[in-house]
Amino acid sequence: MLKMTDNQQRFSAGLDIGRLLRPFAGLVVPAAAVIAALAVGAILLGVFGANPLTGYRALLSGAFGGPDELAATALKSIPLMLVGVGICIAFRTGVINIGGEGQIIMGAIVATLVALALPDVPRPILVPLVMIAGGVGGGIWGAIPGALKAYSGVNEILSTIMMNIIAGFFMSFLLEDWLIEPGAIRIQQTKRLSQNADLPILPGGTRLHLGIVVALIVAILGYLLLFRSSLGMRLRAVGHNPHASRAAGMKVEMSITQALAFSGACAGIAGAVLVFGSESHRLIGEGGPLAFTQSAGFNGIVTALFGGLHPLFTVLSSYLFGGMLAGGISLQRVVQVPQALVIALNGVVVVFVVGSLKLRARVQRWAEGDIQMEDRA
Amino acid sequence: MNDFFTVSIIIATLASGIRLAVPFLLAALGEAVGQRAGVLNLGVEGVMLIGAFSAYYAALETGSAAFGLLMGLASGVAMGLVYALITVVMHAEQGISGIGIYLFGLGFTDLLFQKQVGTPKPISGLQAKPFDWLAEDTGRAGELLFSHTVLTYVAFLLVPVVYWLITRTTFGLNVRAVGENPQAADTLGVSVNGIRTAAIVIGNTMAGLAGAALALEIGIFQQNLTAGRGFIAIALVYFGAWRPVGVMAGSLLFGIVSSTVLQLQVQDVISGSVSSIANMAPAVLTVIVLVVVSRRIGQPAALTRPFTRDS
Repeated sequence: MLKMTDNQQRFSAGLDIGRLLRPFAGLVVPAAAVIAALAVGAILLGVFGANPLTGYRALLSGAFGGPDELAATALKSIPLMLVGVGICIAFRTGVINIGGEGQIIMGAIVATLVALALPDVPRPILVPLVMIAGGVGGGIWGAIPGALKAYSGVNEILSTIMMNIIAGFFMSFLLEDWLIEPGAIRIQQTKRLSQNADLPILPGGTRLHLGIVVALIVAILGYLLLFRSSLGMRLRAVGHNPHASRAAGMKVEMSITQALAFSGACAGIAGAVLVFGSESHRLIGEGGPLAFTQSAGFNGIVTALFGGLHPLFTVLSSYLFGGMLAGGISLQRVVQVPQALVIALNGVVVVFVVGSLKLRARVQRWAEGDIQMEDRA
Repeated sequence: MNDFFTVSIIIATLASGIRLAVPFLLAALGEAVGQRAGVLNLGVEGVMLIGAFSAYYAALETGSAAFGLLMGLASGVAMGLVYALITVVMHAEQGISGIGIYLFGLGFTDLLFQKQVGTPKPISGLQAKPFDWLAEDTGRAGELLFSHTVLTYVAFLLVPVVYWLITRTTFGLNVRAVGENPQAADTLGVSVNGIRTAAIVIGNTMAGLAGAALALEIGIFQQNLTAGRGFIAIALVYFGAWRPVGVMAGSLLFGIVSSTVLQLQVQDVISGSVSSIANMAPAVLTVIVLVVVSRRIGQPAALTRPFTRDS
């Protein structure tokens, strides 16, 4: 269902054009799915009395219309990229990770604790340290359901959902009690965290910060892990056929736990970026867990699927979906249709993308057949 | 401190726990029917939101809570047909398409609410308490049992109904057959896709009803009104090992823990932050139960597996 073309990929060596094009063959069908979703959006815009063309033009210019817009899109896309790369790792191992939300929160909490404990560590050390802390927090929160699935047979969909709920309440507990800003009553937030942990703004005059670099590095590492390491090969083998993998002597349980730990670590780094890249530079729980995570734990699933469960394509698709989120604000301003439309459309995209996976597999088989012919020639 | 332990407060807490259990119970019973037929619906939360908004908006516009309830049911039926199209006809991966349904419901209801209603306006919910006259004569036990609205009785009455449907009817036999071994059911002439579609529609209708019950109970709608209740309902199906009575036990557990925490907070026994910790308890307990259940009882064998003749 979600396992794609990579089974042959590891046997082919060297570069050829067909191989470079192959992932794009898989993009034809999702692209059609997104166009279909945009058509649904156009109908909704029409129903609300807005001109769909005006609406989409506003969305596009709000997302990609200039340097500031491009930067805002990049900022929105960072959590999607990070969660999405994690989703690629989990799904390729045959593990469904719905726990991105909780993993983001636990990453943010652990990173916040580190920044509170070590405020005077110089910036070049503290920034990487809080990112790693985020990864550790999210990684542990992913490893728990991973181990429960591997060793006790607990359905990971359910356990990750429960871990989301637990993390959400844990965050409100911390922000109502231990970590609440001294003097602030009833507002669930920490004090302003150490300036040494602020993600530096990149040169160029926009608000874009180092988080985008972090996300790109994680994406590349995720790609290397999945497709260029023996560990990743084992993960994908388990995803492809756990029984055969076990017969071949692989430790399936360990692979499943590792996959969810890596997946959670990526989401946890997203949590750290959300804290230290935010304009207020603090962990804020006001408005509930969804307000903090911006639903990235779920939307990251969308971008990963849309990117064909390939970390590098997930970067691209996350940027596109980040554009939808950023553009949603100007959509709301210009045609007075709330940006919640974008979340609804994300849902439609998911449904269309997974609904068309069968078709997509056929297109990809066709593309691979193409390559085999080239090889023979 | 000691105020909490008076009998009347304990009774009131239990009664409100029963009331809070209703959305969980309705949604989880419906999800159990779908899962017995081999279909996992992770979109319960989204369908609940759509049911809640439909009920709220219809009640707001017409002033009739009963009409709102009807619209909540109708939206559930519609979402059931959509989900059947996605999973049964298009063979989409069930877990992920459910997340799509969730995101759609989350965004769509928020969109409609902001566009059509704007500022939160309260509605008068379902007030009718059919057995209220009994409560006065039967003392505290009466308050516990007879002080509820119609929907609460409907929800708990559905427990034996669903049990009867699954275990005592031909339809239920077919549901279990397509959930355990669709190929075998198919060779016996059972329409696998037909039964699954019916089970999905039943499940989604109950999710829509659950959302409607929530909106009519609270009397208000807001973004993300359900706040994760739909996801908990899915977990309760596993918690209750796919059995209606087990599902009811889990729903009551979640309801009573929530009402107890709320009551303790109102009575100033615990602070808001401690109540956050206490609210974690059902989720932690669910994980523990999942560990136990997964060893004891298997899920329906064909759960999440789309049916094709050639596989």
